[in-house]
Amino acid sequence: MTRPLSAPLDVGFDYTRSLGPTLGRFLSDLRRRRVTGIRGSDGRVHVPPLEYDPVTAERLHEFVDVTATGVVRGWSWIPEPLEGQPLDRPFAWALIQLDGADTSLLHAVDAGSPDRMATGTRVRARWRNERVGAITDIECFEISDEPADPPTEADDVTMVTTPVNLHYTHSASPTEDPFLRGLMEGRLIAQRCPVCEKVYFPPRPACPVDGVPTTDQIELSDHGTITTYCVVNVPFLGQRIPPPYVSAYVLLDGADIPFLHLLLGVAPEDVRMGMRVEAVWKPREEWGPTMQNIDHFKPSGEPDAPFDSYSQHL
Amino acid sequence: MRPAAVVGTGQTHHAAKRLDVSMAGLCREAIDRAMADAGVDWSDIDAVVLGKAPDLFEGVMMPELFLADALGAVGKPLLRVHTAGSVGGSTGNVAASLVQSGVHDRVLAVAFEKQSESNAMWALSVPTPFTMPVHAGAGGYFAPHVRSYIRRASAPEHIGAMVAAKDRRNGARNPYAHLKQPDITVESVQASTMLWDPIRYDETCPSSDGACAVVISSEPTSGQAAWIRATAMRTEPTTFAGRDQVNPRAGQDAARALWRQAGITDPLSEVDAAEIYVPFSWFEPMWLENLGFTDIGQGWKLTEAGETEIGGRLPVNPSGGVLSSNPIGASGLLRFAEAAMQVMGTAGEHQVDGARVALGHAYGGGSQFFAMWVVGSEKP
Repeated sequence: MTRPLSAPLDVGFDYTRSLGPTLGRFLSDLRRRRVTGIRGSDGRVHVPPLEYDPVTAERLHEFVDVTATGVVRGWSWIPEPLEGQPLDRPFAWALIQLDGADTSLLHAVDAGSPDRMATGTRVRARWRNERVGAITDIECFEISDEPADPPTEADDVTMVTTPVNLHYTHSASPTEDPFLRGLMEGRLIAQRCPVCEKVYFPPRPACPVDGVPTTDQIELSDHGTITTYCVVNVPFLGQRIPPPYVSAYVLLDGADIPFLHLLLGVAPEDVRMGMRVEAVWKPREEWGPTMQNIDHFKPSGEPDAPFDSYSQHL
Repeated sequence: MRPAAVVGTGQTHHAAKRLDVSMAGLCREAIDRAMADAGVDWSDIDAVVLGKAPDLFEGVMMPELFLADALGAVGKPLLRVHTAGSVGGSTGNVAASLVQSGVHDRVLAVAFEKQSESNAMWALSVPTPFTMPVHAGAGGYFAPHVRSYIRRASAPEHIGAMVAAKDRRNGARNPYAHLKQPDITVESVQASTMLWDPIRYDETCPSSDGACAVVISSEPTSGQAAWIRATAMRTEPTTFAGRDQVNPRAGQDAARALWRQAGITDPLSEVDAAEIYVPFSWFEPMWLENLGFTDIGQGWKLTEAGETEIGGRLPVNPSGGVLSSNPIGASGLLRFAEAAMQVMGTAGEHQVDGARVALGHAYGGGSQFFAMWVVGSEKP
């Protein structure tokens, strides 16, 4: 069996976090090469500071300065660092109890070798030169009995930007695969449910109504009807088609469900529900396993389909 | 099933960017108000239910874990509910079921969204390989179905603008609303930019930071109570051949079950106020029909006649609704809480006189998740 088609799917965003008074104080102080904890109702000093007490759930207010030196309470060696991790060479993730704190902070230790790591090892913060008010202002910890660099002055921060980047490999399902390979040949392959006989394009592994595999493969023409549509006038982050454009539900002749595609070749104000359309294919040399082989749909010039012919597909 | 009631409600001051608080602080602003309203302390709360919409909105996987301290959930059961935009409603229903079933006596339900941490248009339009990238957020998804409704119901074009003007005027009476536009008119709505034709800028919900909380109890804690007379949830696939996107089956089924459970045979006569999830103005007439307040194709006539205004036969969204505040994950619970406020008589400037029975409604995804409850001033 051939492996189903797959393609990269990268999802990324620079999230903007508003910190509020507690986390804002913590990150502002990191920028000053200071580490600040907060005292809980049971007297314990939490580092990083908690906004709300884990015992009473009340808001916590009593900030406590701790030092940027401490002791390893637990660790795990990372022989092959991943994208986004604090160091690009082997390092230890460690739970570090800073002097003056009662809880442990998770951070990286640049130990060089796991042989140098042990529970009880003394470490100190290695401060980054350019500090922005983020946990990464501590570049990492290093094994040392010496004090860390002394505090300095810096402005408060109220926000932090957290880039999140996810890299997926998106695989087609076994049912999608013949559909996508059909598109590479300019063919539109649909599947019919053996029970209700509804024709799905794009095809589905199972009929969503009857719950049975859609076993019957059929080929459709590239003519169809606009059931309904909207005109997208709004620009937005990540948009692939410059607005304004008509995003239309196209019901291919012989299909029982419409799909969204782009409609061009007609002024947006002249588009109608029931308008007959045909596919405009990209040049064959640009074809791949994608619905984007159809560049867009355009009016075919046929008379509009009567409302009753597509009213069950709205 | 034993009776349960909302005994306290709380919400944040909703805004485009609540940069003064963290996610935890945002939730606590609503929680602290709800608990004060109910007159309860943390020791009175047996369990916590948290709702919010897709994690991609804040980029925090399973935020219930890091929020446990702020939610007062340490040492207690903490449940996360997720049903897309309807999640606030589902959160209320799950919390209600924990009390109705006798599992817990008092449950705190919390829902939030901090939309300013990212961009919902982006998060709802991530292009999937092999497809045509024509998606354009929630507005782009719903606009074609609004067009279908207008065609099927032969509705006049100004109905959407009437709903928007009404809800924004109502929002001006609500101290917590994000948008307060007392001077908005049908004409000014019609003059606003067309974003996703046929949906205009002023017919579109804002993007908000906000939270909502309610305390649900088997017995009143401070005297006031909105007794939960019925709850219902239904789901259907996003797409299948022959699916009715204008009048989804799941919504119809949920409403039928809801009215039956509440002993309501004529919703339009028996319900005094309705908080219905209307993120785009045309969903008011669409859901009036889907919920069975009117016959099919007649919903817009109720709107056009002014009967959904405060003082009308069925005031819809006296709080200003989703069109005035839209912290997505919280929007459903806000509808549920506002319904409770109406029957408790605590809705202030947007109180519907003499409201004794009210509906809270939410929908989500591609109109595929529905959650609703009916609350009343009388103990069942």
